[in-house]
Amino acid sequence: METIILFAPLVGALIAGFGWKMIGETAAMWVSTGMLFLAALLSWIVFLTFDGTTEQIHIMRFIESGSLSADWTIRLDRLTAIMLIVVTTVSSLVHLYSFGYMDNDPQWPEGESYKPRFFAYLSFFTFAMLALVTSDNLIQMFFGWEGVGVASYLLIGFYYRKPSANAAAIKAFVVNRVGDFGFALGIFGLFFLTDSISFDVIFAEAPRLAETQLTFLWTEWNAANLMAFLLFVGAMGKSAQLFLHTWLPDAMEGPTPVSALIHAATMVTAGVFLIVRMSPLMEFAPEATTFIVYIGAFTAFFAATVGLVQKDIKRVIAYSTCSQLGYMFVAAGVGMYSVAMFHLLTHAFFKALLFLGAGSVIHAMHHEQDMTNFGGLRKKIPFTYYSMLIGTLAITGVGIPLTTIGFAGFLSKDAIIESAYGAHTDAGNFAFVLLVVAALMTSFYSWRLMFLTFFGEARGDSHTHDHAHESPRTMLVPLGVLSVGAVLAGMIWLGPFFGSHEKVNAFYGVAAHGEAAEEGHGDEVAAGWTVGQGAIYTHPDNHVLDNAHHAPVWVKVSPFIAMLFGLGLAFWFYIVNPSLPVRLAANMRPLYLFLWNKWYFDEIYDALLVRPLMGLGRLLWKRGDGNVIDGFLNGVAMGIVPFFTRLAGKAQTGFLFTYAFWMVLGIAALITWMSIGGVH
Amino acid sequence: MDNLLSIVTFIPALAALILTIFLRGDDEAAQRNAKWVAMFATSATFIVSLFILFGFDPADTGFQFVEQRDWLMGLQYKMGVDGISVLFVMLTTFIMPLTILASWNVTERVKEYMIAFLLLETLMLGVFMALDLVLFYLFFEAGLIPMFLIIGIWGGAQRVYASFKFFLYTFLGSVLMLVAMVGMFADAGTTDIEVLLTHQFASENFELLGIQVIGGMQTLLFLAFFASFAVKMPMWPVHTWLPDAHVQAPTAGSVVLAAILLKMGGYGFLRFSLPMFPIGSEVMTPLVLWMSAIAIVYTSLVALVQEDMKKLIAYSSVAHMGFVTMGIFAGNQQGVDGAIFQMLSHGFISAALFLIVGVIYDRMHTRNIEAYGGLVIRMPVYALVFMLFTMANVGLPGTSGFVGEFLTLMGIFQTNTWVAAVATSGVILSAGYALWLYRRVVFGDLIKESLRTITDMTTREKAIFAPLIVMTIWLGVYPSLITDIIGPSTTALVNDYQAALGMAEATTQHASN
Repeated sequence: METIILFAPLVGALIAGFGWKMIGETAAMWVSTGMLFLAALLSWIVFLTFDGTTEQIHIMRFIESGSLSADWTIRLDRLTAIMLIVVTTVSSLVHLYSFGYMDNDPQWPEGESYKPRFFAYLSFFTFAMLALVTSDNLIQMFFGWEGVGVASYLLIGFYYRKPSANAAAIKAFVVNRVGDFGFALGIFGLFFLTDSISFDVIFAEAPRLAETQLTFLWTEWNAANLMAFLLFVGAMGKSAQLFLHTWLPDAMEGPTPVSALIHAATMVTAGVFLIVRMSPLMEFAPEATTFIVYIGAFTAFFAATVGLVQKDIKRVIAYSTCSQLGYMFVAAGVGMYSVAMFHLLTHAFFKALLFLGAGSVIHAMHHEQDMTNFGGLRKKIPFTYYSMLIGTLAITGVGIPLTTIGFAGFLSKDAIIESAYGAHTDAGNFAFVLLVVAALMTSFYSWRLMFLTFFGEARGDSHTHDHAHESPRTMLVPLGVLSVGAVLAGMIWLGPFFGSHEKVNAFYGVAAHGEAAEEGHGDEVAAGWTVGQGAIYTHPDNHVLDNAHHAPVWVKVSPFIAMLFGLGLAFWFYIVNPSLPVRLAANMRPLYLFLWNKWYFDEIYDALLVRPLMGLGRLLWKRGDGNVIDGFLNGVAMGIVPFFTRLAGKAQTGFLFTYAFWMVLGIAALITWMSIGGVH
Repeated sequence: MDNLLSIVTFIPALAALILTIFLRGDDEAAQRNAKWVAMFATSATFIVSLFILFGFDPADTGFQFVEQRDWLMGLQYKMGVDGISVLFVMLTTFIMPLTILASWNVTERVKEYMIAFLLLETLMLGVFMALDLVLFYLFFEAGLIPMFLIIGIWGGAQRVYASFKFFLYTFLGSVLMLVAMVGMFADAGTTDIEVLLTHQFASENFELLGIQVIGGMQTLLFLAFFASFAVKMPMWPVHTWLPDAHVQAPTAGSVVLAAILLKMGGYGFLRFSLPMFPIGSEVMTPLVLWMSAIAIVYTSLVALVQEDMKKLIAYSSVAHMGFVTMGIFAGNQQGVDGAIFQMLSHGFISAALFLIVGVIYDRMHTRNIEAYGGLVIRMPVYALVFMLFTMANVGLPGTSGFVGEFLTLMGIFQTNTWVAAVATSGVILSAGYALWLYRRVVFGDLIKESLRTITDMTTREKAIFAPLIVMTIWLGVYPSLITDIIGPSTTALVNDYQAALGMAEATTQHASN
């Protein structure tokens, strides 16, 4: 069954991509969508019937070289099961949504076929993502990792006539490669240290790595910390964390369904998944995880500040995604892997919902994306309005404080904030403060988006407003389904992800530390780990879950209060006194420009990296190859060349050819000799 | 058949002989006949060579299908293949029919053109099979001549400069190798490679012209061979002949050059340097590794700013060959496996990339990147094929380009993390130049007037790419296909190498005690 889940999207991609001329456009689209719904159905069956025992399903041999051995294998445990439902559910809904959204796309000339290609890319992406989450070793994971990168590249650059789309696609791929640089070194290092790249072996070796020193580049490092750090660099690229985040906002050049699927719900969470998957290693790498907490917290804060001032509706949501991913990394960094997965799950629902809702708005407004040209759309597209309202309530974290009743984001985000506090470390406290501030800003920019889009006066082109229309049913059904998820996902799964120890352990198939000790596993228990025992690992000294549950009341209500502040401010700015933001931007122009220009990261990278490297390339080519090497090495040779050139004048007339002819004769002689002399 | 190797080697030469003697005239019929004879001969060679592949026993790490005969003047004719060479033989026989097919539109001196390629095939096959120093040298050097002619006669505007640069670089390198071979004969009393592989060349330090030579004789021999192989690879900084040669060579010439001729250097390191001069190799390893790492970064940066498509791909070839030398001199299983894999995979990928340039060069007669843009609109099949090989070139997992890069890096990480880190950064740069090229040629709007009527790939062109696509993906998904065959031989090679180093170390310690 798992094999069908994995390969159904690939089959769909191949049929849609290569077979559409035979079966027709619409049929191709339905085939790929049908394959995805099949995969989604089976995924839910797997998820709901999964009993917590890790399984490996062998498919085929892959790379083998000496002691290195990696197979194509499906690893099924709770983490995989969670990712399966997230990926296939969102993907199948996005496939369905694309029927409406991609229909009659004005970017394509009449008669040019683009839809089957779009569906093929989406399905291929899903296959790669599933290969990533089902991998049992780091190399297969890397396959999926790069595979989703290619799909992302192809889909960002889907409008290949547009220079900006092409530039964004390349940027996404190359920045991700910077992250992969770290990821790859991490894989090499782990193989060097453990002589294996399969998860079970690495997990078992993790305690030993914590006591191993490794010489890497200029100095000695603690092996566990270094490896965790290198893997995290890969995660930073894929999940758009600070310093490697610049590609994500630009990735909005892709069609909106792509943004929802790849750049919100699934691919960008692969980094979080990687860290959670490597939890046994992370637990033994305290310095690396501290770094993760700082980066995550700062990303959450940074992205939220930029989101405050953006005008493009998709860019606001993109920065919001970046910020929410920061939350997940904080959770993983403080050792609450389960909570990171919780937010990953709920975020997938409400962020996909927001993106698809935004897509519905854009569709209604004839591909206008600037929010300053929206306004008053509440009445024109009510279904879209209500579903986006649910999404906003979910992301801002609306619920009843101190209870477990609320929208999805209320439960998962608060769980992260409490966990950060519960870490009782400097990094944790730092993260706690930044995350609460970020929650305030999240609320502000999310409501700003709602108010600018759906409330107030209609702005911009009146013709467009007059023709604004609700989207077709294929687009509204996914919105409805995701709305249900955004409301209920938190309340349904709070227990398994952030409940008592027993519930969480049972969910992930982890035997409680006490039980394992009674069964007498000896040394392994001393190290706190037995192989194949559940999907995540928490060190016996990791008490963050308890601390988070016992956090003081002011900690628990602080995100809620921050949310109210943000809502109030947004209401004040955009409903009560709409001229205020403009004046504020004028009064504090430097700050505004700083935020509007995204802290100038792109400009800095361009000046410090891109230009110098291109210049260096030119220098090496013209001066290095041209003057130095050719100048030096050819010096002697070039003295001889004029002589040869004179001879070469005759090459045209056959002089050299005579030479070759003699060679032929020589070989002929050789053959003759062989046939005669070869007897003995 | 106990002379299978000779049959495979000399089928093309025989066809060349037939063309030379029997084909007269230069009319259309004669041209067609020349093409068909060449096509038939190269295909037959490939089919017969399959017997080598299927008859080959990977578990046996010695030489197989060995032929040994006395030859002129006390020399011997000895051929054989082992796990290291057998797949290079297959690569050669696989690529050659495709190059003939790619040359179907040649109109100038067709007969001579085909003769040159047929001879080239024989000589290249000979290099990979020869088990005698003299024979190896003959094949190795003679191979220069047809390539020289192919560039010099059928090349572009600057062909004379390029062909002489090619010839002189590679020839001067080989002269030193010849000297070393004479030295080896003097020392071991034989030119039989199989015997030389078990011979221990002296490695005691000695003084030469006031310089202490660490590793002694072995280091000197190593350096002499290195001069030849490094130029062939080509390694930085003796790579500059390659971009010029590629740019001027006809498409099929570039394909053979990139896909097969470049592999002779890497093959030479594995056949001679590492097993025969282990101490010398170890002494020079840091130098080779740093040359490789610099090559990867340096040529990738240079590729980033190229304006000529072929030059860009040529520089990218140098970068990819950097991974090969790096893997070989990592001196461990993953490194050497990866190096061989990388060479074979590069054989398919670089061949395809040069053919891709050839497809639009045939139509527009320019290789200037600026002259293109928006080809996807008129040439969707071409765009797809180009995308696939662009991704293979940047080492995407699932294509064969990934496995070689990844294994060599994995190998080098175990011995030198600095080199590993520098080389891994090449992975970022390769994505940059490859995608940037693709974007400028294929994506964008089709606004250039000259491209309005450009046509997509023909059936013949698709037929050329189909086998290359199959190999690239097959090897990417199931690399065991190759590692199963080379594995035992590389294991033996690596073990012998490490054992020789271990023994030398023990001796030194013993002496110092």
